[in-house]
Amino acid sequence: MADDVLRLEKVRKSYNVGRPNETEILHGIDLTLGRGEFAALIGPSGSGKSTLLNIMGLLDRPTSGNLFIEGHETGSLDDRALTRLRGRSIGFVFQHHLLITAFTALENVMMPLLVERGFPDAAMKKRALDLLTALGLEQWQNHPANALSGGQQQRVAVARALAMEPALVLADEPTGNLDTKSAEGVFEMMREVNRKSGTSFLIVTHSLEIARGCDRTIELVDGQIVPAGAVPAAA
Amino acid sequence: MNRWMPFEWIAALRFLREGRMQTLFIISGVSVGIAVIVFMSALLTGLQANLTKRVLSAQAHITLQPRDEIARPLRLGGDDLELAIVQMPLQRVRSIDQWQALMRVLQDDPAIVAVSPVAAGSALAVRGDATRAVSIAGIEPDSYFRIVRLPDNIVAGTVRLSSQDIVIGTELARYLGIGVGDRLTLSAGARTSGALTVTAIFDLGNRQVNERYVYVPLRTAQSLLDLIGGVTSIELTIADVYAAETVARRLQPMTGAAAYSWIATNAQFFSAVQAQSLSSTVIRLFVALSVALGIASVLVVSVIQRSKDIGILRAMGTSRGQTLRIFLIQGALIGLVGAVVGSALGAGGLLVFHDHVRQADGSELIPLVLERSLFVAAALLATLTGVLAAMAPALRASRLDPVVAIRG
Ligand SMILES: Nc1ncnc2c1ncn2[C@@H]1O[C@H](COP(=O)(O)OP(=O)(O)O)[C@@H](O)[C@H]1O
Ligand SMILES: [Mg+2]
Repeated sequence: MADDVLRLEKVRKSYNVGRPNETEILHGIDLTLGRGEFAALIGPSGSGKSTLLNIMGLLDRPTSGNLFIEGHETGSLDDRALTRLRGRSIGFVFQHHLLITAFTALENVMMPLLVERGFPDAAMKKRALDLLTALGLEQWQNHPANALSGGQQQRVAVARALAMEPALVLADEPTGNLDTKSAEGVFEMMREVNRKSGTSFLIVTHSLEIARGCDRTIELVDGQIVPAGAVPAAA
Repeated sequence: MNRWMPFEWIAALRFLREGRMQTLFIISGVSVGIAVIVFMSALLTGLQANLTKRVLSAQAHITLQPRDEIARPLRLGGDDLELAIVQMPLQRVRSIDQWQALMRVLQDDPAIVAVSPVAAGSALAVRGDATRAVSIAGIEPDSYFRIVRLPDNIVAGTVRLSSQDIVIGTELARYLGIGVGDRLTLSAGARTSGALTVTAIFDLGNRQVNERYVYVPLRTAQSLLDLIGGVTSIELTIADVYAAETVARRLQPMTGAAAYSWIATNAQFFSAVQAQSLSSTVIRLFVALSVALGIASVLVVSVIQRSKDIGILRAMGTSRGQTLRIFLIQGALIGLVGAVVGSALGAGGLLVFHDHVRQADGSELIPLVLERSLFVAAALLATLTGVLAAMAPALRASRLDPVVAIRG
């Protein structure tokens, strides 16, 4: 289906393959994420959410199974091609390390464009500034990243994830380290971007509030997706 | 961010800037190392230039002589040989065949700077009752003084060599008890010169030379040695002093004469110089090695500290190659900046050393040699060392698993 941003077929992931302590973390995941979808990925700690997200984001490879990004099969790509595809199609927001502190807020937002094009130019600066402005962050543009609060940094990180106009943003507990108010701010921002630009989001979260605010909830338990309609595990 | 600066350079510079203390310390460390290397190199160059100058003050770079002649120039032989020649019939002093034609060929050779013919032999210097065995060198002053800078080493009088003049050394003057303006006679076998006037007394910095050598015009020597129109050697100055042996080996078959380089005739001096160079090279190598290890260890730590940044950059699409370059550039920059600061320190040290460490009479101990090439070489080598030292940490950074880096 051409309109799928992401499709997983029988994706399995094992760690320590071939060693005595080999363990399978993901046991055959089938999952499709449509264009413009805004989904939450929930599940208990250790259920494999981050592992799944890293595979979806091309940071890690599945042990078996297929992964399609915007219709492209990814299993046969080498590291270089995966890196390029990742840079263009996927934006990341992480829980712990938000921005690169050696750069200003604006430069952090420019970074994905700079990485892709090699040299800084006025167009990418404008693009970054437009993003910051659209998200109401322009007053921080010249602040060094570490001069911003956690909530401010995470909002800049969302802006950075959008710099390449990716089809999909993957966020791994983006509000996990923030106070309730900042968390709400960051979440609202992502919602608004999704509404305005149609960017797909997959947000790993422990917060029921956030999960409720999403259009779809995917639950992962012990490395398996709980079928839709099944009774959710007690939180 | 500069438009002309690539992403890797921007990231490298920012990382160095952010790691202020680390960067400052490692650059200081590299600077000290480079300063030592620059200081030692320049000192050694000065020292060797000085020694070489002394050895060469009374000697041509290359001397051409007739082939098969066992009797080498007297100054090169031992005492036996000198005595033997003094007592030999004069026809034993052989001239170089076709020496004028040979001179023209040599003058056209690009490696050769100056050419001068010499008629040399033994004689007795006579002054009243006093006699002394001497080596006479009959020279053409204009060309010869371009080879041996006699006029620069005169302690009394001024060099003038018209047909009845002679220039002698300080020791001989002392033995014979004569000074500028006094006369002496030279006799070789049956022949005797007329009275020769001492016009100048030299000190070539070598007692042996000051005692034995006398300089007379070429014609005077030729008639005294029964060598009319002939010369016993052709003396050469070449462009690259240290290439003397190579040039000599080339000239030998070309000229049909025997060519002796100053390097071959001063083999002992040269092995001393070589030992000195070798030990200094070893020291400099170890300093360079510790500089490299310092850079490597700082960058290894930096890669660990920056692993999250590296993970984020990789997630944003930074390739392994770009990651590798970011750290190689940091190594290069540390090396380069360290080299610039270190060169300045080294040069400053040399100036202080040159001004304060002097000989007893206040003259300089070692000449100050500050060549641009030394600083260029230091900068290039330090940059290269930085890149090589950064290799291991940079590879480590590029191979970092982004999943692990981000989770950490
Ligand atoms: N590199 C690894 N090697 C071995 N086990 C791992 C590795 N990464 C994650 N795991 C294990 O996989 C399981 C799932 O981890 P993770 O995907 O981080 O879960 P979640 O994000 O849902 O909390 C955990 O039991 C964790 O210990
Ligand atoms: Mg997790």
